[in-house]
Amino acid sequence: MSAREGIAAATGTEALTTELPVGRSTGWWGMVLVVATEATLFACLLGSYYYLRFQHGSPWPPDGIREPTLLRPLVMTVVLLPSSLPMIWAERGIRHGQRWRLHSGLAATLLLGATFLTLLATEYAETLREFTMTTDAYGSLFYVITGFHGLHVLVGLTMICWLLAASLRGGTFGAYRHDRVRNVAIYWHFVDVVWAAILFTIYLSPRL
Amino acid sequence: MPVDTTREATNAGPRRVRRRRRNGRVARTTLLAGVFLLGGCAGDGPSALDPAGSGAARVANLWWLLFWISVAVFVEVMALLVWAMVFRRGRDTRVRHGQPLRFVAVAGAGLPLVILVAVYAAGLRDLAALGEAPGPRAPTIEVTGHKWWWEVRVPGIDGATANELHIPVGERVRVRLHTADVLHSFWVPQLMPKTDLIAGEVRETWLQAERAGRYRGQCAEYCGTQHAHMAFLVVAEPRADFEAWLARLGSTARQPETDAQRRGQQAFVQGTCAGCHAIRGTPADGRIGPDLSDVGSRWSIGAGAVPNDGGHLGGWIANPQTVKPGNNMPPQPVDAARLPDLVAYLQSLK
Amino acid sequence: MSTTATPVDGAGQEDLARLAEHWAERPGLRSWLSTVDHKKIGRRYLVTAWLFFALAGISALVMRTQLARPESRLLSPQEYNQLFTMHGTAMIFLFATPMLFGFGNFLVPLMIGSRDMAFPKLNALGYWVFLFAGLFMWASLPFGAAPNGGWFAYVPLTGEQNDPGLHIDVYTLGLLFLGIATTAASINFIVTALKLRAPGMSLTRVPLFVWAIVATAFMVIFALPALNVDNAMLFLDRRFGTHFFDPEAAGNVLLWQHLFWIFGHPDVYIIVMPALGIVSAVLPAFTRRGVVGYALVALSIVSIAIISFGVWVHHMFATGLPQLSYSFFSAASTVITIPSGIQIFAWLATMLLGRVVLRVPLLFLIGFIVTFVLGGLTGAMFALTAFDQQVTDSYFVVAHFHYVLIGGAVFPMLAGAYYWLPKITGRMYHEGLGRWAFWLVFAGMHVTFFPMHLYGLFGMPRRVYTYRSEPGWDGWNLVSTAGSYLLAIGLLLVLVGVVHAVRRGRPAPPDPWGGDSLEWSTDSPPKPYNFPVLPQVHSLHPTWDDASRSSMGADATEDRILADGRRTLLTSELDARRERAAEMPEPSLQPLLLALELLVFFTSMLLAWYPIAAVAVLAVAATLAVWLWPPRRPDRELGVSP
Ligand code: HEA
Ligand code: HEA
Ligand code: HEC
Ligand code: CUA
Ligand SMILES: [Cu+2]
Repeated sequence: MSAREGIAAATGTEALTTELPVGRSTGWWGMVLVVATEATLFACLLGSYYYLRFQHGSPWPPDGIREPTLLRPLVMTVVLLPSSLPMIWAERGIRHGQRWRLHSGLAATLLLGATFLTLLATEYAETLREFTMTTDAYGSLFYVITGFHGLHVLVGLTMICWLLAASLRGGTFGAYRHDRVRNVAIYWHFVDVVWAAILFTIYLSPRL
Repeated sequence: MPVDTTREATNAGPRRVRRRRRNGRVARTTLLAGVFLLGGCAGDGPSALDPAGSGAARVANLWWLLFWISVAVFVEVMALLVWAMVFRRGRDTRVRHGQPLRFVAVAGAGLPLVILVAVYAAGLRDLAALGEAPGPRAPTIEVTGHKWWWEVRVPGIDGATANELHIPVGERVRVRLHTADVLHSFWVPQLMPKTDLIAGEVRETWLQAERAGRYRGQCAEYCGTQHAHMAFLVVAEPRADFEAWLARLGSTARQPETDAQRRGQQAFVQGTCAGCHAIRGTPADGRIGPDLSDVGSRWSIGAGAVPNDGGHLGGWIANPQTVKPGNNMPPQPVDAARLPDLVAYLQSLK
Repeated sequence: MSTTATPVDGAGQEDLARLAEHWAERPGLRSWLSTVDHKKIGRRYLVTAWLFFALAGISALVMRTQLARPESRLLSPQEYNQLFTMHGTAMIFLFATPMLFGFGNFLVPLMIGSRDMAFPKLNALGYWVFLFAGLFMWASLPFGAAPNGGWFAYVPLTGEQNDPGLHIDVYTLGLLFLGIATTAASINFIVTALKLRAPGMSLTRVPLFVWAIVATAFMVIFALPALNVDNAMLFLDRRFGTHFFDPEAAGNVLLWQHLFWIFGHPDVYIIVMPALGIVSAVLPAFTRRGVVGYALVALSIVSIAIISFGVWVHHMFATGLPQLSYSFFSAASTVITIPSGIQIFAWLATMLLGRVVLRVPLLFLIGFIVTFVLGGLTGAMFALTAFDQQVTDSYFVVAHFHYVLIGGAVFPMLAGAYYWLPKITGRMYHEGLGRWAFWLVFAGMHVTFFPMHLYGLFGMPRRVYTYRSEPGWDGWNLVSTAGSYLLAIGLLLVLVGVVHAVRRGRPAPPDPWGGDSLEWSTDSPPKPYNFPVLPQVHSLHPTWDDASRSSMGADATEDRILADGRRTLLTSELDARRERAAEMPEPSLQPLLLALELLVFFTSMLLAWYPIAAVAVLAVAATLAVWLWPPRRPDRELGVSP
């Protein structure tokens, strides 16, 4: 082995005490795999939607349930999808060791996410008057799919609050150490993308 | 196989043919039994290796093809294994050389691929054959699976029977399958492979028997407590007898002749029975349990639970739960004095 | 616990001392509950899985006793149906997969030259969840509330009105609970194999066993969600009145079957794949050469993993789906036999070109080949729809899957058990006892299950609690029952052999077999830190090549000793170049606590104590928040610009 000294210097005892951001961290891989299996979960749910729908045939929605109205879902989309931007901005910030960007970015995302959930609540308040989870399989699919996604948003928000708390406490995140920020970001982007798929399946596809 | 069966069936009595064919099976199956010499043979049982109809016969032939191929493959593998164990035993020297990739690719992928393509083609042909529906004019029988018995009806005839259906020899008969509750599966090993009964849908299969006989059928999809006792009987008989059966199905049940039978009918109609059972030509028209208009002539009681004779019938009525635990007929409040009359009456319904 | 501290030149005595100090777990109840050592956790997986195996096996013996004669009244139908459901469910979910994950847990870090798994605490959590989920399900049996819908629990039989009571809720919740453990373990395996491989262990030098475990883990990641969605829907249908599976209300009963088998078929390979990995790991030691066609075998492992997602409908060949889809899935099921064939012949070639050393582990491998090939051949028969429609749901199928499950999974496990016993316990087993066990198990297996082919063809359906005497049924059933007792005695002898080894076995040297993979260059049993010096890998058979071996001795470098702290080395995913050292977590009670909170959650869901369930959820969230709370560090170390 020729370059042993060189490597030893790079990875020697003192160098090793600080995690130089070399390569992917185990945490990153862990989160990516979590997202992969979660994505499969949603794929199965949406797959079930299409299966039941095409096995049932028209009319869909059945039992005289009206096609879902589009306005609010579109507003929700406009609120949720952009919420990834401040997240990205915050992550970039902490990579340069700028805590203020982390804080403000997370706060913005938090705000948008919360708005999304309130909108979802008002959506339910309306649809529940027409049909519920127990009306028929369509109702079950509608509430379980959107509800399960809502739950993910809630989890995401909780994680963001947790990040905020941790970083406000100080001495936690910086240019060299922000694994957790990056992982939460990955999760949040995932929650966003899934919403796009749900919007298409539940709200748009019945009109096609 | 189906071809020669028809030929044999025409120029030899069914029973003799069966015995002759069975001997062939015995030979084959004992060979299959291989190591053990207890000689298991299909005999009169509902054996898929003793086919009596074109559907099952096709599959039986397919099986023997697959069987012999598998024997060949297995022998090949065993030969190599034994060779290694006998001639390659060694001291603890370490071997490194040799990567016979061609051997692995040919024996492990090449040959199997060839075999499998051929076999797949054969399988596809048989699948198509099993799949083609009988013509529009073919007789049709509606079968409904219940936990745990079979309701049998014929379109256009408003009578019903249970756990027994008749078909004319040689003809293909359409069978439409419904279920009243959970999934069941309609299986007559000697005549036709399985078709599941799917809740909320109607499935179709067909039966065809090359030779007259009584063929055991059985529910093959786990359906709960008494899945074990959900058997039925397919009776293949000459056209005339089949039509007689249809006629019986349409007509009202036989009227009681002896006093005992009359008292039995009274007890039945006025008792709880009528709430669940129908007997054509009497006020009894319950739909929960099997139609009993011809119960006297059935091959069994409780869908194969016990043979159909006076003793078992009495026992059943007294307490079905001891005969077929968990079935959907509760014990009945019949006073002991009436029981013999009931039995006499039900047995008279042929 | 170990025999002698082999002094290593390279890692000096003071290094060893520091390593020992950093990795030591002082004995005591607390450290027993809080350990994160992959070797201890792996051992626990093995022992617990064997316990569930014994329970499920004894259930099977009771079933066989009932089936010995026609019209037997030993068991009521209700009892029998719970027994066979628990037997199947436990064997698949609580025995086969966890047992193999146990091997993986113990071996993967040792084989890739690391000091632990990537996420040791998650690993501990996985074990506790597995244990609690298993007890959760078995506990229902004494109350007569065990699952009774068969291991694939078809609706509508498992719906509320057809099956009231807790039976099916135990099934759905139990499997959802267990799913957490399986998913966690899988993620852990993948990340460990990607990031913690010793420097120099590029992808082409990864042991086949590790390949198998990783492929398996990926299958779990993508297959398990289907089962979870299925069970969640069924639970909602039963408890909260949804209609996913209700044809009356736009639902569909076949949706259950599709989702179940989209998981279920990959699952059978999830079971067999690590077992095949064990075969590839054990064979070299007893043929004195590497497995022939490493690349081919690795390739077929990967292709099985992929193809197995495209064959699930072969479990639904009798449901009357369109012929077109049948011919497709029939073709796929036929094709999937090819990679298995390649592996079988690769192993045969290995034996033919090697020097066969007939020790107990190899005996079990031979038993594996004989049995698995027979089971595989019947599988290939089923692939033809027409034939499957005749034998499906008959005892012929029961024969098939016991041949592949016992032949394909249990035999390799036993081979592995004897092979790695010295490494795991530090003791040698008794050869003679082992041979007896083998012959009893082998004979018992075939006497039990071969006749099932026959009475399956003779028309005997599966899942019947009793049967009318029919020609060819009763005699053969009696034979099966006799065989199952033989099998049990054989397995009892295996158990005796293990106990004997632990109690009286002579101390094992580090490398009793002259094995080729890295675990054999550690002590038996390994030190808590596995390797005093993390190896520098130069070939596929590190323990057989001098460069790799001496990298742990004479020319060890400081950066592979990492004695100051609880640390191991991270390397790059593909070619395993050094990246950096990573801190490994200290022992902790958090995993146990979290698992207990989850147990509370699922139990209260089962018993409909929803408020308590809600509290449990909060507790879980809190525990996680603390668990993952970032450590405080000086800004300099974090790199914060003002
Ligand atoms: C370890 C688990 C395991 C394994 C490895 C397999 C392997 C295979 N299985 Fe099996 N299977 C099960 C576990 C397993 N199975 C279980 C549990 C069930 C029942 C579930 C239930 O209903 O309860 C089942 C049921 C099952 C069915 C449904 C039967 C039915 O319910 O009607 C089918 C149908 O296609 C099938 C096919 C196959 C095939 C084609 C293989 C192939 O992978 C086999 C490949 C191996 C070989 C073929 C042998 C080696 C190859 C050679 C020696 C080369 C030469 C070979 C040829 C030329 C063919 N299996
Ligand atoms: C890995 C999987 C696995 C394994 C190893 C086994 C092992 C055995 N199985 Fe298996 N079995 C299944 C998976 C498995 N089974 C599945 C998935 C089903 C389908 C269920 C369903 O239909 O839903 C099934 C169904 C099934 C049936 C069909 C039930 C029916 O359809 O009605 C039968 C019947 O004979 C049976 C028998 C046995 C026997 C005798 C063993 C023996 O090998 C067991 C031997 C083991 C032991 C005896 C315990 C270990 C021994 C000791 C610890 C020693 C101490 C113990 C004693 C002294 C007793 N099994
Ligand atoms: C609550 C409904 C119910 C009542 C009341 C009832 N039965 Fe039944 N009976 C059934 C059901 C359901 C079956 C089918 C059981 C099975 O095979 O699983 C059955 C089956 C039978 C059979 C067997 C039929 C066959 O072909 O296998 C007979 C005979 C019978 N009942 C007679 C009676 C008599 C006599 C009475 C009154 C004393 C009676 N039943 C009252 C529901 C009822
Ligand atoms: Cu009906 Cu089984
Ligand atoms: Cu399968």
